[in-house]
Amino acid sequence: MSISDKPIYDQTMAELSKGLAAGDFSSVELTMALLDRIEEKDGALNAVLTVTRDEALAAAAAADAARASGDAGPLAGLPILHKDIFCTRGVRTSCGSKMLDNFIPPYDATVVERLAAAGAVMLGKTNMDEFAMGSSNETSFYGDVMNPWDLERSPGGSSGGSSASVAARFAPVATGTDTGGSIRQPAALTGTVGIKPTYGRVSRYGMIAFASSLDQAGVIARSVEDAALVLGAMAGFDERDSTSIDQPVPDYVAELDTPLDGVRVGIVRQHFDAGLDAGTGDQVRAALKTLEDRGATLVDVDLPNLDQSVPTYYVVAPAECSSNLSRFDGIRFGYRAENPEDLLDLYCRTRGEGFGAEVKRRILTGTYVLSAGYYDAYYLKAQQVRQLIADDFRKVFADVDVIAGPTAPTPAFKLGEKTDDPVTMYLNDIYTIGANLAGLPAMSVPCGFAEDLPVGLHLVAPHFAEGALMAVGHQYQLETDWHTRCSEDYR
Amino acid sequence: MSLDKDQVQHIAMLARLKVADEDIAEACDKLSRIVDFVDQLSQADTSGVVPMAHPLDQTQRLRPDAVTEANDRDNVQQNAAHVADGMYLVPKVIE
Repeated sequence: MSISDKPIYDQTMAELSKGLAAGDFSSVELTMALLDRIEEKDGALNAVLTVTRDEALAAAAAADAARASGDAGPLAGLPILHKDIFCTRGVRTSCGSKMLDNFIPPYDATVVERLAAAGAVMLGKTNMDEFAMGSSNETSFYGDVMNPWDLERSPGGSSGGSSASVAARFAPVATGTDTGGSIRQPAALTGTVGIKPTYGRVSRYGMIAFASSLDQAGVIARSVEDAALVLGAMAGFDERDSTSIDQPVPDYVAELDTPLDGVRVGIVRQHFDAGLDAGTGDQVRAALKTLEDRGATLVDVDLPNLDQSVPTYYVVAPAECSSNLSRFDGIRFGYRAENPEDLLDLYCRTRGEGFGAEVKRRILTGTYVLSAGYYDAYYLKAQQVRQLIADDFRKVFADVDVIAGPTAPTPAFKLGEKTDDPVTMYLNDIYTIGANLAGLPAMSVPCGFAEDLPVGLHLVAPHFAEGALMAVGHQYQLETDWHTRCSEDYR
Repeated sequence: MSLDKDQVQHIAMLARLKVADEDIAEACDKLSRIVDFVDQLSQADTSGVVPMAHPLDQTQRLRPDAVTEANDRDNVQQNAAHVADGMYLVPKVIE
């Protein structure tokens, strides 16, 4: 019998860690229970692409042995799922694409390596939008992921397999990546916590690149405490990533105890304009009131260039994508077209057949905005507006500690509802994109329900203030229980 | 602004991407919508604004040009469709 009354699959990492330490269960037993749960329940969700049963059980046995001999790492024996964008040595890494359907990396991403070194047990790899391009997990070569709260709805994207897995209690934590909201929006739509740290905080080595000036790895969890625990093990300088920042990583878990007294919370009026679903707005306003009741001060702030953030992103991100994805040529790895007439035909058909529709659209958009005659009007202009957007945040953070608002304009939408018009889908990221453009840490925390679907509270902090950001989220979770809610079918 | 078929074919060639004939109409339509949408950038006043080069104003770190990893060729080439004698095979490029 465990210390916690909760079933083993419903426990957070912090709770499981106590159970392992007390000897209530072994990591092998825990791992087996979750692997069986994924096998039993993922048929309806399609959240996990690869289950690494043998590797997981071996890692769990090693963690149990390490614990017995007294040299267990901080995450010893704790289960985790990795988004299929992180290279895993010897385990197929598809990035949700036909292009990499047969790709077996010869090395581990730094994130994977560090979490394994801390003792975490990888259960498998999660589904995602192809090359992380999408906000609904509908662009995956391996099919849609269903939202555990309503199987007709999207779990968000691009880290939709990770968010659905954590919401369905397949694992307490899953890794994700966030280029425009790909951790935070899926977290909001599934009632989970999602954090994207400061640009450069977590190594991008071995993380398949989409838009290199925006991409950042992070965590989807059920509690902010777990997010702090795992982020602490992932973050830090890595000489193998040229944009990695050489700054010490604070003890994020210790910082969680910082009270809300005197914390200044910026509220952006435009976030509550007509584009926001009414029920979502009500829940977010109630969450702001809770922060205020716990001692925070709410301050009105202005981000005048907010409306330009989505267009700016949809120039910068496709431009970088078109450049990054030029490596997929059918020669060194990945899909290769059959019977090419010549080298040019090999390139064009490999890429035409290997990439899906949304990835092709972004490559074409990016190629267009970088092409002769259009570079100044689009790419250069977007980089200037990006500077204005970053300046807006700089000014606001002179006065407040965090900015709070909604994560997504609506709760989870129906699968197929937004696939006709790419721009409608892009507008899902309106509240999250600014943090990527400015390189800021940001997080989504569950803050209630609108029409029985989860709603997320979005928090943004200055560069490297992940600790303060998570402290606000944790203090909010001490006061609320939204993050413990679970869909009826996955209890 | 809307993009026509020839423009899309030209961009596709620059991107080394074959767009099937039956997909061209849809590609024109969706790309035009995206370009229309990002055109609102032209309304922003950016006179005198320095384009952002890095979100944290950092410059790219360089490393010494030294061998840091052992050659893992056989393992790496397992991911290639066509190799021979440790080399990648491509269609003939020199007659």
